[in-house]
Amino acid sequence: MEPLHALVTLANFVIVPAVAYGSQLALGALGVTLIYGILRFSNFAHGDTMAFGTMAVILTTWGLQSAGIGFGPLPTALLALPVGIAVAAALLLGTDRVVYRFYRDKKAVPVTFVIASLGVMFVYNGFTRFVIGVDDQRFADGARFLVSARGFRDATGLDEPLVIKSTQAITVVVAVVVVAVLFWFLNRTRTGKSMRAYSDNEDLALLSGINPERVVTYTWLIVAGLATIAGTLYGLDKSFKPFTYFQLLLPIFAAAIVGGLGSPIGAIAGGFVIAFAEVTITYPLKKVLGYFLPESLAPDGLVQLLSTDYKFAVSFMILIIVLLIRPTGLFRGKSV
Amino acid sequence: MSDRVDLRAVGLFGLVALLFVGTGILQSWNVALTILNMGLISAIMALGVNMQWGYAGLFNVGIMGFVALGGLGAVLVSMPPDTEAIAAGGGRVLGGLLLGAVTIIAAIFAWRRGGRHAGWLMVAVLIAGFFLYRAMLDPGVEAIEAVSPANRGSIGGLGLPVLLSWPVGGLLAAGAAWVIGKTALGLRSDYLAIATLGIAEIIIAMMKNEDWLARGVKNVIGVPRPVPYEVDLQRTQSFQDLAARFGADTVTASAIAVKLAYAGLFAVVLLILIWLTQAALASPWGRMMRAIRDNEVAAEAMGKDVTRRHLQIFVLGSAVLGLAGAMMVTFDGQLTPTSYQPLRYTFLIWVMVIVGGSGNNWGAVLGGFLIWWLWVEVEPLGVLLMQGITAGMAEGSWLKSHLLDAAAHMRLLTMGVILLLVLRFSPRGLLPEK
Repeated sequence: MEPLHALVTLANFVIVPAVAYGSQLALGALGVTLIYGILRFSNFAHGDTMAFGTMAVILTTWGLQSAGIGFGPLPTALLALPVGIAVAAALLLGTDRVVYRFYRDKKAVPVTFVIASLGVMFVYNGFTRFVIGVDDQRFADGARFLVSARGFRDATGLDEPLVIKSTQAITVVVAVVVVAVLFWFLNRTRTGKSMRAYSDNEDLALLSGINPERVVTYTWLIVAGLATIAGTLYGLDKSFKPFTYFQLLLPIFAAAIVGGLGSPIGAIAGGFVIAFAEVTITYPLKKVLGYFLPESLAPDGLVQLLSTDYKFAVSFMILIIVLLIRPTGLFRGKSV
Repeated sequence: MSDRVDLRAVGLFGLVALLFVGTGILQSWNVALTILNMGLISAIMALGVNMQWGYAGLFNVGIMGFVALGGLGAVLVSMPPDTEAIAAGGGRVLGGLLLGAVTIIAAIFAWRRGGRHAGWLMVAVLIAGFFLYRAMLDPGVEAIEAVSPANRGSIGGLGLPVLLSWPVGGLLAAGAAWVIGKTALGLRSDYLAIATLGIAEIIIAMMKNEDWLARGVKNVIGVPRPVPYEVDLQRTQSFQDLAARFGADTVTASAIAVKLAYAGLFAVVLLILIWLTQAALASPWGRMMRAIRDNEVAAEAMGKDVTRRHLQIFVLGSAVLGLAGAMMVTFDGQLTPTSYQPLRYTFLIWVMVIVGGSGNNWGAVLGGFLIWWLWVEVEPLGVLLMQGITAGMAEGSWLKSHLLDAAAHMRLLTMGVILLLVLRFSPRGLLPEK
């Protein structure tokens, strides 16, 4: 039974949280990588776009809750998602119209876009704080657990509990659905194909009559959806705090670069690589190893490789290793 | 420099001076001088970023980290050493750090000379070294942090004069910049941005968690000063006479005198730096830098080692940032790792450089003063504005109290809008490069 206990412990404290976190990062990184592929710049405002979209979802959720509308065992926020996405899409399209289009027409160098995105980041950040404040907001409702500690113990008779929060399950399900729809869109529809063509070779795409503004508009719409969903899932799973979303920028970028900037598959892989590394390295593995190893070899310390405060260091180290060994990322992204 | 540009610079600097004088008259001279002192430090930070961005086109978004390292330098140089703590665990910590350094060198050696299994060898060396390092370091850290943790619990510093810590802060930042530059320069520009963003977060995380080094989130207070204390001034007879002659009360006069002394020190540093950077920009080296920035391929064809020059300017600019960080901790008299926020210490400096005029040292300095003044003053102005807007609303209404509370966040919005407006309508900044 010992290895089984080790597996359950590992699943409880490492695999389940990392899968959920990895899905959130993957959705965030998909947004970054799409903007990079189509608009060709690193969007520093992405974390704050997520915060903004989530804020719209939270406000709608509160409205629904006070109107007495719920979603049964599922969180009400899922019902509010379309509204949040619409608001975020309006914001992103407006931003593109006011800020980015000007530089696109001028064929400005990518770094100008990046600096513009810094300004956009400030504005979004200030706006989000202006409306909802800087404090933690919890907006998860519905059932708390899919698998509770007691339920698992009663069902299996194992000593070690396994807990799966319903938010974690929802995260994974939603992420799978979103990714499936996104890939279907990119690979099967005319618009999706034109987006990929534009990303691969702008000149050839223009030559074959693809309307660049249309491609850009669709990109922002998709990014609004991805960012809002990623932000809402993260907020449901943990909690919503504007500054945390700003800080998510680092692991999200790390995921996108590790996977290869501009490669959607890479963004997903990168998200899970970063999430698993972060959770494994900052979790005290004593219990797991204690089950795996014979008594005499069991570790004395916690075997926590790094304290949780250093979780940014993990994404950073993976990033550096990938940059040194394979600068284009795991899935051969663009390297301009 | 043509006359027209000169006039423009003089006019803009005059305008900024007016802002500070106005603050002095309308609010208080104490406030105006506080803003001025931080403005001087901000100007130095902007100069450092301008060297990296304006001269070489390097996109550094880890300014916060280099500034914080400078602040750490100030503490490690100027605080008195804690002999008890060092006796308790200093040797082990030093041994652990040496072991860490040896591990990294061994890993690099393994990577270079390892032959076919270089990668695996390097990973093995790193893993083994990491556990040895932790085994050596952890007990030492525990011993140091156990020494009366409520008010000490760190190794203290070298107990040297605080002015000496300024260049040391610069050196620390330069060291970190060298490591980052070595890995990320030569790759595409976005990678440097992400790498610096990451290293800044790690430096702050380290400063928050390594209590043995500088007390972490418990903060270091009472960093020694290069200028006299207000209370000492108030006690001296000659100062009391001086204050009486100006017709001011001694308490206010002493606060102003101390701030003026700081302003003098900072101004000297700023002037030296401006002189150095201007001379460098006008030299063959400066021309080469601009040539590389404007066309890397052509410069490379001329035999210039682009990556090496980039590394050089990146290290130099970061050293200036570290210097400014050390000055700031000296001015504050304390090191509070939690106060380092990227919006304030990284992106605000970027707004200064872009608004001032990238590539122009005077522009960066102007941006430093102007944007810092705005950053401080937008908050009270925002509150005033909100009071104006909400004046007609019913007392105690939900919207009114929310708007008044939220006025404090106006500054982020304002900075963003200013950055976007300047970037759009005056992309070369208020004082463009010649």
